[in-house]
Amino acid sequence: MAKTGVYTFLVCALMCGAAYAAFFRAPDEATMHLVQRIFYLHAPSGMTSLAAFLVSFIGSVTYILTRKPKWDWLAVSAAEVGLAFCTVVLITGPIWAKPAWGVWWAWDARLTSTLVLWMLYVAFLILRTMIEDSDRRALVSAFFGVFAFLDVPLVYGSIWWWRMQHPQPVVFTSTGLDPTMRKVFNLSWLSLTCLMALLIRQRYELESSREELRTIEQELEAN
Amino acid sequence: MKLLSNTAVLLRKEVHAEFRSHELLTTTSVFMLIVIVLFSFTFDPTSAESRQFGPGLLWLAFLFSASLMLQACFLRERTNDTLSALRLAVNDPFAIFLAKLCANTIFLLVAELVLLFVFAVFYNVSVFPVFPQLVLVFFLGSLGISTTGTALSAVSSQARMREVLLPLLLMPLLVPVLIPSTEATKALLETEPALRWDWLGILVAFDVVFLTALWLFGEYLLEE
Repeated sequence: MAKTGVYTFLVCALMCGAAYAAFFRAPDEATMHLVQRIFYLHAPSGMTSLAAFLVSFIGSVTYILTRKPKWDWLAVSAAEVGLAFCTVVLITGPIWAKPAWGVWWAWDARLTSTLVLWMLYVAFLILRTMIEDSDRRALVSAFFGVFAFLDVPLVYGSIWWWRMQHPQPVVFTSTGLDPTMRKVFNLSWLSLTCLMALLIRQRYELESSREELRTIEQELEAN
Repeated sequence: MKLLSNTAVLLRKEVHAEFRSHELLTTTSVFMLIVIVLFSFTFDPTSAESRQFGPGLLWLAFLFSASLMLQACFLRERTNDTLSALRLAVNDPFAIFLAKLCANTIFLLVAELVLLFVFAVFYNVSVFPVFPQLVLVFFLGSLGISTTGTALSAVSSQARMREVLLPLLLMPLLVPVLIPSTEATKALLETEPALRWDWLGILVAFDVVFLTALWLFGEYLLEE
């Protein structure tokens, strides 16, 4: 419990630091000015959501192969956290798009594929509510989790081919991003990744406690 | 070899069942027809507009109809309690999926080709010069829809609200089929038709990825 408290405090401190750096340390962008600073939340959230979905995929595959409930707990925890970060991307994207493009929503490749990704994982979570038996639910949703994750590169590839209006990525190129901006970006990314790990861990503990409660209830009913 | 012979027997069973009842093909074709006719009320289908919007409408009609058609796929086995018998009858459970997805692809393709001619008449589009190329696009698209649809039919048949659940799971997953199929069909219906291999490549990639995933993990879905 104390360990979680310390970790939570560290994550909060890191996030406060990242927010301070994004608003006061990162240089002003020449054309977009203040609105560009949403980039330090928008882009790392997208990358963090993909990382969470990867964790969910690993949980799903390992559950199918081992049938240990803890992998199902990991898969659902990571999917929920990934969906939360994906929602942040979908909210901050239009906030940036309105002043930059003049419209709240443009059907460009990255926003559209993120929206499809969001719909896939909403469907994943809805599916879980539709099956009563916990073993069956874990197996069936793990199978859909595998399908959903395999669909991600195909969704991205097909939409990218279809429409490309979004600014080209400058994060991973050596010349695209100002060095201070890159440092601030990396700090934001690190803080959100730590937050993701914390949230997945907390959600996992909750799922584990639920299972424990279910077992106790079943034992009481049997007696 | 055993997989192929088991699949052939089960495929014959699926086709026989359909020819006896005529349920799937009739309802799917009529549903596609209704959707295509209803779409014509939403815009004035001149020849130029039909070439621009028609392929998208056509593939949306195929997708909606397929999501209805695929409901029955595993539900029938569960309602009649014949899934255990099927599992006992085959060496490799993948044969059950392979037979069902082949049958679904055939049924879907037949309904699509029938509706293609209706679409050509209603929307004043010439399809004869590019018919073989259209069949190739329709086949790859239908294979993608059937592969994921058959697997997700096995998923949704085990859940509550399964009638709503299948389209909910299937539609977002099929975005990489809808876009290339529509674009490839559109390129073929242009005044200067072209077979777009880039879009066909995405369709082939989708089919290969999901067939492999179904082969690797599908059998776990059939566990009792």
